[in-house]
Amino acid sequence: MAENNHTLWYEFKKGLWQDIPPFRLVLGTCPTLAVTNSVINGFAMGMATLFVLLGSNIIISAIRKYVAPQVRIAAYVVIIALLVTVADMFLAAFFPPVSKALGPYVPLIVVNCIILGRAEAYAQKNPVLPSIMDALGIGIGFTLSLMTMGLIREILGFGSIFNIKLLPPSLFEPWIVMILPAGAFLVFGALIALVNYLSSRKAAEADKA
Amino acid sequence: MEDKTIDKAELKSAPETPAGPGGERLFVTSSPHFLNKESVPKIMHTVVLALFPAMAASVYFFGLRALLLYVICIGACLATEYAFQKYRKKPIKIYDGSAIITGILLAMTLPPGFPVFGAILGSVFAIGVGKQLFGGLGFNIFNPALLGRAFLMATYPVLTTTWVEPRTVQKAVDAVSAATPLALMKFEGKLTPVLDLFTGNVAGSLGETSAIAILIGGLFLRYKGYVNWKLPLGYLGSMAVFSGIFWLIDPSKYPDPLFHLFAGGAMLGAWFMVTDMVTSPTTDLGQWIFAITGGIMAVVIRLFGGLPEGVMYSILFMNAFVPLLNKHTRPRVFGAVKAKAE
Repeated sequence: MAENNHTLWYEFKKGLWQDIPPFRLVLGTCPTLAVTNSVINGFAMGMATLFVLLGSNIIISAIRKYVAPQVRIAAYVVIIALLVTVADMFLAAFFPPVSKALGPYVPLIVVNCIILGRAEAYAQKNPVLPSIMDALGIGIGFTLSLMTMGLIREILGFGSIFNIKLLPPSLFEPWIVMILPAGAFLVFGALIALVNYLSSRKAAEADKA
Repeated sequence: MEDKTIDKAELKSAPETPAGPGGERLFVTSSPHFLNKESVPKIMHTVVLALFPAMAASVYFFGLRALLLYVICIGACLATEYAFQKYRKKPIKIYDGSAIITGILLAMTLPPGFPVFGAILGSVFAIGVGKQLFGGLGFNIFNPALLGRAFLMATYPVLTTTWVEPRTVQKAVDAVSAATPLALMKFEGKLTPVLDLFTGNVAGSLGETSAIAILIGGLFLRYKGYVNWKLPLGYLGSMAVFSGIFWLIDPSKYPDPLFHLFAGGAMLGAWFMVTDMVTSPTTDLGQWIFAITGGIMAVVIRLFGGLPEGVMYSILFMNAFVPLLNKHTRPRVFGAVKAKAE
């Protein structure tokens, strides 16, 4: 595989906007919809994913020349499952409430297509250092996406940020729908539309220049 | 509501279409090509007129509070429509009356004591998400008013189901919270007299109380030819037959068909929401399937679902099938030979 000539900085920043996982790649939508009813949950989920992604990108990139192509997916899944187990046990040991709130979604990182997608599309073709930058960019982009979703849903659905009430209940009646799955889909759709709109405007400006 | 008519405003703007490469000014429209006196504003304003008896009845039963809700919903719907059309640089068509109908219908699905901010929120959602995001009038998949109501139901589950007795039966000065006839039937097994349901002397949303007022408006629309008789007949008919089967099996457990027809939103839904020209099928067979399945769904939700009322979800559910129905019930073109299966 030809190694591309992008700078490390480019590998990092592409995950923040150009390839931001849930909104541009539309990958990892399951946790994006399921655990973003508060900012803290979104942050914890994003960090767990970032950890697994970073670890899997490093290991897979390091062993990329020694794994036979026929068995690579199986090898990746074993590596990812190891890292997910570590993340899951770490959360359960040190942050039990967060672990409880995230429920089955931390073990489900194993099948998160962002992880396998980056392994397949990037880490197996590139050296370790760019793979680290790629994992950091995508992971932080994912975390920020989840936190944005969580922020909107928490403000509207509970009337709070970081579990701190913003307004007295007499002034704001929480939108129950925002805590429900339907609210997740509404916010997700609105954010995808917003990101697409901003990108298309950016592209139009680039065309003019 | 524009499939069989041509908007006058669009006709007028036709000569301003840009000339083709050879300077020709072709004005291409889709069929049908016959022109008549009907137009979107005319139909819409007739529908508004047809809604007047029901509006008057709700103001009579629930007082000025009902009037306030109508004004708020209509105003918010028009403002949202205007904002979207302005922002998208489309021709401003808020006077065509379609947003007014959405506002009235949305207000009719709300309980009389519903707070003003909730009504505004529902209107913005109904027009913004339910209609303009799909591309405006004629492109929406779901009935905007019902979508707004469904959103409010999920957003404020308590406020949307807190009802008051109508003024005419209140003994105390303050409004007392009360259960709707359908909730009484479902959760307490009590039946409300059909005469009260017919005139509207019961607790409920603004537009679902008085069956007779809705019926007058619906028959007026039928007389003017703006309502396809298959849709209300199919919907109410299948509700009556399907609930009648259960009533015959066990009259002590299941209410009679007349109760089902006159309680809740069945009348309002059948005459003004099932018949929405945009969100109902265009073929005869499709309309029968749409209306009959919708009526059965409503009874199933009422009798066996978790909610007391199923008209809203039954119509929204069937709305989703309209493109499919239109596609698969297309009548065969005269003289066409059926293609052999490959």
